[in-house]
Amino acid sequence: MAETVPSPAELAAVDYEKTPPKNWMDTPVEFRPGTWCYAAPVKHAEFLGLPHPHKWSPNEEDWGLPENWREIILEGMKERLEKYRSFRLFMEICVRCGACADKCHFFLGSADPKNMPVLRAELLRSVYKRYFTKAGRMLGRLAGARDLTVEVLKEWFYYFYQCTECRRCSLFCPYGIDTAEVTMIARELLCLVGITTGWVVEPVSNCLRMGNHLGVRPNTFKDNIDFAVEDLEEITGIRVEAPIDKRGAEVLLVVPSADYFANPHYFTLLGYLALLHEMDIDYTFSPYATEGGNFGLFLDKYVAKKLNAKIYEDAKRLKVKWILGAECGHMWRVLHQYMDTMNGPADFLETPVSPVTGTRFDYAKGTKTIHICEFTADLLRHGKLNLDKSRNDDYVVTFHDSCNPARGMGLFEEPRYVLRHVLNHFVEMPENTIREQTFCCGGGAGLGSDENMEARLRGGLPRANAVKYVHEKYGVNTLSCICAIDKAVLPPLLEYWVPGVAVAGIHEFVGNALIMKGEKERTRNLRGEPLPGKEDAGDV
Amino acid sequence: MNALVSFLLVVGLVLIAAAGTGAAGLQTLFGVVVPYVAILVFLLGFVRRIVIWARAPVPFRIPTTAGQQKALDFLPYQPLENPPGAGTTFLRMVLEVLCFRSLFRNTRAEMREGPRLVYASRKWLWLGGLVFHWAFLLIVLRHLRFFTEPVPGFAEALERVDGFFEVLLPELYVTDLAILVALTYLVLRRFLSPPVRYISQAADYFPLFLIVGVVLSGAYLRYLSRTDIVAVKALGMGLLSFHPDPAALRGVGAQFYVHLFLVCTLIAYFPFSKLMHLGGVFLSPTRNLANTNRLTRHVNPWNPPLKGRTFEDWMEDFKEEIAQAGYKLERD
Repeated sequence: MAETVPSPAELAAVDYEKTPPKNWMDTPVEFRPGTWCYAAPVKHAEFLGLPHPHKWSPNEEDWGLPENWREIILEGMKERLEKYRSFRLFMEICVRCGACADKCHFFLGSADPKNMPVLRAELLRSVYKRYFTKAGRMLGRLAGARDLTVEVLKEWFYYFYQCTECRRCSLFCPYGIDTAEVTMIARELLCLVGITTGWVVEPVSNCLRMGNHLGVRPNTFKDNIDFAVEDLEEITGIRVEAPIDKRGAEVLLVVPSADYFANPHYFTLLGYLALLHEMDIDYTFSPYATEGGNFGLFLDKYVAKKLNAKIYEDAKRLKVKWILGAECGHMWRVLHQYMDTMNGPADFLETPVSPVTGTRFDYAKGTKTIHICEFTADLLRHGKLNLDKSRNDDYVVTFHDSCNPARGMGLFEEPRYVLRHVLNHFVEMPENTIREQTFCCGGGAGLGSDENMEARLRGGLPRANAVKYVHEKYGVNTLSCICAIDKAVLPPLLEYWVPGVAVAGIHEFVGNALIMKGEKERTRNLRGEPLPGKEDAGDV
Repeated sequence: MNALVSFLLVVGLVLIAAAGTGAAGLQTLFGVVVPYVAILVFLLGFVRRIVIWARAPVPFRIPTTAGQQKALDFLPYQPLENPPGAGTTFLRMVLEVLCFRSLFRNTRAEMREGPRLVYASRKWLWLGGLVFHWAFLLIVLRHLRFFTEPVPGFAEALERVDGFFEVLLPELYVTDLAILVALTYLVLRRFLSPPVRYISQAADYFPLFLIVGVVLSGAYLRYLSRTDIVAVKALGMGLLSFHPDPAALRGVGAQFYVHLFLVCTLIAYFPFSKLMHLGGVFLSPTRNLANTNRLTRHVNPWNPPLKGRTFEDWMEDFKEEIAQAGYKLERD
């Protein structure tokens, strides 16, 4: 962890009632190390064909903006006001009641008033008023309007890259104003003048070029999957098949790239492989669409569409019948709320049917895509899985609802249903911190970088604090979740705020508990650690 | 500063109306021209705003899902929090518009020793907002008696219920008391809560003070001054029938014109202000869309065509790696 990070006691010293001495319009943004992300490398911005690729840094005075940057931004705003009812409405109907203020995890972790969703939107709204309303043009500041200056632009960059598009504020807003929409549009505007971050643009460029965010090349992808097959064989004694590019398979499995690249994601992948083998599912990975996630969503809608298009495109080429989406948060925001609109209709696919239980997933007859937790819950409901829950007895587990499947879909019960079936010790965090009220991990929407660690730790404070509560009260030692960003971001967050709690995916527990036909005597879990009561087994 | 300017503005409006109809004797201007102009501005402005909103496309279906989805049939879903169809979406909107469902969720976060973040249910804003809006609506409906003959039954019934307690003379309306209490809360909240004060603008104080002015001047007319109700009604009926009654114009005092002028200002200001949330809430795409995303396709009218990098480009760039992996990558 970076040395610049203050101690937990220092970070938690926040006072929500205290406001700066000066009006927010007169309080300039300060780029302290640890609170912002690095600029995008020029070569990646160029590869993507983004406007005005250039070298710059947030902490420098001159951001190297194009000469006519103000016109570009205002033109971009005008275009988006005409394209998005949400944007126009959200610029016009806020009454500043303040209900959203203490709902944002970044405000709760920083007490910075510009992290109140109302003020975050006002950063943009003030410019909207100045250039697009009569009152703003005539009355200026009295109407809450202000000129678009370089300082304002810098403020946008700072605060719209301190929003994880988690939509928690929109839940509490009496008009449903969704800061995620505002942030997405603000980031698009910044992108128009070449202001983007490396942690978003680089994965997007990798994904467009190679097929996945992490830049795993086609041969390495195959090696990694093969490696997982070997690992699973070592643990279970069973060599599963993990087909890639199998034409005519029934199901296309789409996973976030971290699943075959990083820990603890990898153990979840082992879980899918075990489950799909045991259920004898005729599935395939795509060698081309090796990414389910979509960082394009954090940059620009058109870029998101481009990255997403590969999934249907390769489903068509592979002649599969339907798509099974793995554990990933924003990937599911896209698969659920954007994919069909952007790249549908998927009329070359069929309504998903579980080959094991015969269940027709009619609610997905448009996108032809179901969530792996739905698939597994259905298997469990029909008693198709032979399980030994006690293999997970070392885990006292709680569940973190990932923002996107929560507030952009409503997937609350499926993962809980699965968890309760595959392990014995499950407890919930306090109700204001789960389900639709869940708190972000602090690193969503392209903020999971290292250079902004302080901002992440602050943003993740409400989540970590709820974990701390169940850790101390019930001895929770594992936080489960269904999001690849969560799995990457939560471990350092918990290590900082509540050491001693690990992070795991749902299907890791499924894989642990699953009794596979012909398996050897299991002595280790998917992490290679001894199972409860098997601590003395020889091969550990 | 924002509050002071707003306050002075409302005081100025009061003085203009009082002076205009008192010393200057401009009853026709304040009693006929201003109301007509105000209503015209309101109607045109309101319709224009709604048309602008309605014409802007909704490219994506983005409901905020606040409860379990309707998916697997053995898992109970929450139709009002995560509506799976048009009917349930309508009900969600009814709850939102009539009961302020989202505001009802309101909590207050507090950082305690530990550190420990705690969240307490906090319904005051919901209650204050709800009481204010409902009282306002009922008071407007009650005013129908000044514009109709015979007075509709529901308006009369409303008046009877509203004056149920029969205290004071003329009897005190419950809605008058309720709106004053709610407004006091809303004003105090803007002043006393530091974060709310920090975000408040003139556009927040002005309509609030204006409505306070409307309510206080109205209460003054009813409870303190001896306003000629018959003349007020004659004025109202005259305006509505486009035959303003000159006698009625002279029959009401300057106090009445203060009330009327504040109301006219509110009406004319409405379409250009945040008060348009009245219309906007119905159009909010995070609330008025069903979560049928995987069931039926939502069409984006400006969905841009795909351009640029293709599958073939990818194959070309990674020829060696693809060969090494042994993929065939056939394409029809």
